[in-house]
Amino acid sequence: MEYLRAFLVGGLICVIAQIIIDKTSLTPARVLVCFVTAGVILTAIGIYEPIVKFGGAGATVPLPGFGYALAKGAIKGVEEMGAMGAFVGGVRAAAGGITAAVVFGYLAAVLFNPRMKR
Amino acid sequence: MDVKQQKLNKEYQIYVQRKMPKSNLLRDCILAFLVGGLICTIGQAVNNFGKSYFNLNTEEASAFTAIVMIFIGALLTGLGVYDDIGKYGGAGSVVPITGFANSIVSPAMEFKKEGYVFGVGSKLFSIAGPVLVYGITASVLVGLIYFFVK
Amino acid sequence: MAKHRLGGQTIKLENPPCILSRATIVGKKEGQGPLGEYFDVVLEDSLWGEKTWEKAECRMYQEAAKMAITRAGKQPQDINYLFGGDLLNQIITANLAARSLGIPFFGLYGACSTLTESMSLGAMVISAGYADLVLCVTSSHFCTAERQYRFPLEMGTQRPPTAQWTVTGAGAFLLSNHMKPPYITHITTGKVIDYGITDTNNMGAAMAPAAAATIKAHFEDTQQGPDAYDLIVTGDLGRFGRELTIDLLKKEGYDISDRLIDCGCEIYSKDQDVHAGGSGCGCSAVVFGAYILRKMEEGVYKRILLLSTGALLSTTSCQQGESIPGIAHAVTIDMDRG
Repeated sequence: MEYLRAFLVGGLICVIAQIIIDKTSLTPARVLVCFVTAGVILTAIGIYEPIVKFGGAGATVPLPGFGYALAKGAIKGVEEMGAMGAFVGGVRAAAGGITAAVVFGYLAAVLFNPRMKR
Repeated sequence: MDVKQQKLNKEYQIYVQRKMPKSNLLRDCILAFLVGGLICTIGQAVNNFGKSYFNLNTEEASAFTAIVMIFIGALLTGLGVYDDIGKYGGAGSVVPITGFANSIVSPAMEFKKEGYVFGVGSKLFSIAGPVLVYGITASVLVGLIYFFVK
Repeated sequence: MAKHRLGGQTIKLENPPCILSRATIVGKKEGQGPLGEYFDVVLEDSLWGEKTWEKAECRMYQEAAKMAITRAGKQPQDINYLFGGDLLNQIITANLAARSLGIPFFGLYGACSTLTESMSLGAMVISAGYADLVLCVTSSHFCTAERQYRFPLEMGTQRPPTAQWTVTGAGAFLLSNHMKPPYITHITTGKVIDYGITDTNNMGAAMAPAAAATIKAHFEDTQQGPDAYDLIVTGDLGRFGRELTIDLLKKEGYDISDRLIDCGCEIYSKDQDVHAGGSGCGCSAVVFGAYILRKMEEGVYKRILLLSTGALLSTTSCQQGESIPGIAHAVTIDMDRG
């Protein structure tokens, strides 16, 4: 059941993005920016938390999940250390993902070469 | 531009819009749903593995999942597979965090010829950079608002 | 009015120059297409043994140029002028190739219209008696164009149905004052036309009004209709751009639907997954050089109108929301000297 819920929620988030890409002329890069920001805002107003509770990885693996981690971290940071927590908490919560993106991204770029599209 | 030309342009643009083939929305959505859903299901399996095998708590497991999924995305991009998945999966392969990894590796790899600093180093974030800028800035704003209304 | 001008945009060449020799080089995908057998050289891969795609494109440019010169039994020092260009920033491919070719060089940028732009100028120079031999070369490469104008190759993006595929190819044409068909008899120079299309994935729609305007101007200036031509060949309008051009000209009272072919539509087959067709400086160069001229020599076509069409955009202009201007230059290619 857990897997099915992840599949459904993750799939639906992607469908929303697909409709936006097909119906508007937004490029995928812009959609990514919108989705992260949307994740932050939805978390702040308390909508994303229930989606995560229900969908698990289906809600945390898509990019709004990245926004969710950032927003949740920022709020937690404020609770722990006041205003400075707003600056520390977000990136601290997402540090694993960001560092992995830098390191694995760098390694992959150095080790592999791009190929002609078929 | 005179009024007549503006009217002509408008007519032509409407005509082009009508005439051009549309993307097959239903097919695209089904593929996005399947591919995106599948990637998230794999993410769930990674998450559960972290929880049971390494005894991670919920937050740690989420970070673990993000790291592993980014590794997979970077590896598949390097192997030249991810663009083929993207051709069919569309948003289904763009929106998951593996797509974030793809958007980091693909420009960096391609601009390696321009050197390791201004090629790889700066191109890593040519597409993913804005995501971090807006995500982090929004989270700081949320944190500050929370601080004042708390 | 100058002696040899016809109407507003067209000239009739007093001494029509001929296309003495030519050479075409294409990439693997183009070689696998329906015209594969006509090309002089088909590359095994996109790099051609070079370190970068840019170097590979430059080598294609040079080799095509040298091949056209050798085929005419000439040496590079015999050539009076080299006219040419490509799609990359500062037409760097053409500049680097000209560095090693050692021929007096005029670099041109007309996006994908560069082929007929260079042939127009080359033909004028010869007809006016300022040169005996002029070489016109253009090239494009899928990988170099893609990374400059669009996304990295390994990025997982979907291409919309109107998107076109940049042709990997280079074509060289040696023009001379010899008496040997085919000849370039008329030149119609296009104006920059912009109907406000902003979608960079729909170049066909951006270029179609320019193509239609140039064809119309040519018909009016020469006081001839579509019947005067066996074929009207456009450069890279693609499947939808071709249809738009036919529709636009129908409104002006010209029906060219039975004789308009587009190089971008001819070079790939439907199952090659290129969406609306081919594009790029190389597209009209290799299809015209390899296929159309061969058919003219075989006597299938006697007189054609060739239009290379260009979308004059830059990555900066697109990002700033500027619409995409189009241009099309036409040359009449005739087996008779007229």
